[in-house]
Amino acid sequence: MGAYVSLNEGDLWALFAGSRNVNTISVQSCSTAEDIRDQLRKIVKDHAGLNLPLDKIEDSTDLYRAGMSSQSSVVLMIAVEAQFGIEFPDAMLSRDVFSNIESIASAIEAIQRADA
Amino acid sequence: MIPKLKPIRPELLDHPSFQQALTLAGEHAADVDRNGRFPSEAIEALRAAGAMSWLVPRELGGAGASLDEAARAVFELSRRCASTGMIFAMHQIQIGCITRHAVQSPWFADYLKRLVREQRLIASATSELGTGGDIRRSIAAIHPAPGAEPFLRFEKKATTISYGASADDLLTTVRRAPDSEPGDQVLVLTHISEMKMKQTDQWDTLGMRGTCSPGFELEATFAPDHILPAPFATISAETMVPFSHILWSHVWLGLSSDAFDRAQNFVRKQARQTPGTTPPSALRLSELSVHMAQFRAMVESALDEYVELTARGDRAALSTVGFAVRINNLKISASEAAVEACLGALRVCGVSGYKNDGPFSIGRNLRDAHSAALMIANDRLYSTNASLLLVHREGK
Repeated sequence: MGAYVSLNEGDLWALFAGSRNVNTISVQSCSTAEDIRDQLRKIVKDHAGLNLPLDKIEDSTDLYRAGMSSQSSVVLMIAVEAQFGIEFPDAMLSRDVFSNIESIASAIEAIQRADA
Repeated sequence: MIPKLKPIRPELLDHPSFQQALTLAGEHAADVDRNGRFPSEAIEALRAAGAMSWLVPRELGGAGASLDEAARAVFELSRRCASTGMIFAMHQIQIGCITRHAVQSPWFADYLKRLVREQRLIASATSELGTGGDIRRSIAAIHPAPGAEPFLRFEKKATTISYGASADDLLTTVRRAPDSEPGDQVLVLTHISEMKMKQTDQWDTLGMRGTCSPGFELEATFAPDHILPAPFATISAETMVPFSHILWSHVWLGLSSDAFDRAQNFVRKQARQTPGTTPPSALRLSELSVHMAQFRAMVESALDEYVELTARGDRAALSTVGFAVRINNLKISASEAAVEACLGALRVCGVSGYKNDGPFSIGRNLRDAHSAALMIANDRLYSTNASLLLVHREGK
C-alpha cells in the first residue's frame, strides 16, 4: 500500500528515519508535568503543520482550529509515540485526545502510570 | 433471490405509499438513465410517503426511524433505480447531520418541523474548485454581509452538487471566518429560493445519470443561526462520513442485487428450455452468490457497528483512528464489490446482458456501479488509511 501514500509521505518517512535516535537519546525516565507539556509544544511546532510560533501554542490551544489536518494529526501521533517511547491504545488515538496539548499530556501520563 | 436485509418496522417500508415509490422508481429508471433527468416521479412519491422526514425525531414530527430503516429503504430503491436510491441516501445523510448535531438549536428544531410538513429535499455542497476533492478543506469562507449585519454571506464554487437544481435547501461547507484555516469549517443550511445558483457545467456521465450533479457557483446571505453549532470536523467524523459510506454501500448492494436477480432469472430461463440439465451458466451464478453473501455481510456488519456505537452514545469511539480505518475500508471494498458483482452478472447473461434492452440487461447496473470508486476517490481513502495504519493497531 506504500504506493498510495501521497500527501505527507515525505513527512512520515523522515519522521521514521529519525525516530530511532529520538527513542534512544531523549526519552527521559521521569518526565515532570511541565517537561511533558514543553516537549509536546516542540513536537506540535515541528509536526502539526500549524502557522503558529512556539509561544502562541498554549496548552489549551485547539490544534485543529489552528490548522492541524487529519493527516498532520497522524504525524503528530507518531512523533509523540517516538518521543515518549509509548504506544497509544486505539481508544486514545482519537480526535478529542489530540485536539490540544493538555489532553495529549494527560493521555501520556495515564499510559506512564499504567506502565509504572 | 437475495435474502432480505434485517427486518424493520413494517409501517414504513411495507406501507403502500412507499411501495408506490418503489414501483415508480422501477418504472421510470430506464428513462431517467437515458435522458439524464431527475427521477421526479419517485421523489414525489417518497414525499407523499413522508419518507423525507423518516429520520427526524418523533418529538419534531418525524418518524423517528433508525439508520437501519433508512438503509433498507435505500437498498430497496436502488434495486429499482440506483440514481433514486442515491438521491434518497444523500438526503438522509444531510438529515442525519442536522438531527445528530443541531437539534438543540431552536432554529434547526423549527426547520426540521417545517421539513416534516413540506417534505423538503436537502442537497449538499461539500465539493469546491481548488481543494483537489478534499472535503475537509474549504476555500470559501463566511463574511459579514456588508450593510446588513448581523447577516452573513458566502460565495462558493462547488464542482458537484447532486440534484442541486431540484432541491429545496442546501448544506454547504465553508471556513468559519475570513481568517480561519482551511480545515476550520462549519456547515451552513440555506434555502435555495433565497440563494443565487449558477450552473457551471453539464452532467452527461457514464452512470448515475439521474443524480444530476453538475457544478454550481453559489451566493448566499443568511442569519447566523443557520450555521450548525458543531464544528464540521466533528460532524464529518461522527455522522457525515459513516452515514455516507454506510448508505452509499446500500445503494451499491442494491444495484448489485438487481444485477444478481437478472442473472438468476437468465439461468432459470435457460434451465426451463432444457429440463433435466443444469445450464453451464448456473456455475457462474453460484460463484456470484458467494460474492453477494460476502458483500452483504460486510455492509451489514459496518451498519451494525455504527448503530451500536451511536445507540450507546459512544461519540469518542466514532472519532478514533480505528473507526476511521474501518469505515474507509467499507467504502473501498463495497465500491469494488459492486463492479465485480455486475461484471459477474454480465458473464452469466452473456450477450443478453450486454444488450441495453430486455430483462437481462446489466448495462445500467454496471455503469452506475463504476461511479462508486470515484465518489470520494478510493485512492484518496487508500492514502488516508495508509497513514492511519502507521499508528493504528487492530484490537489494541
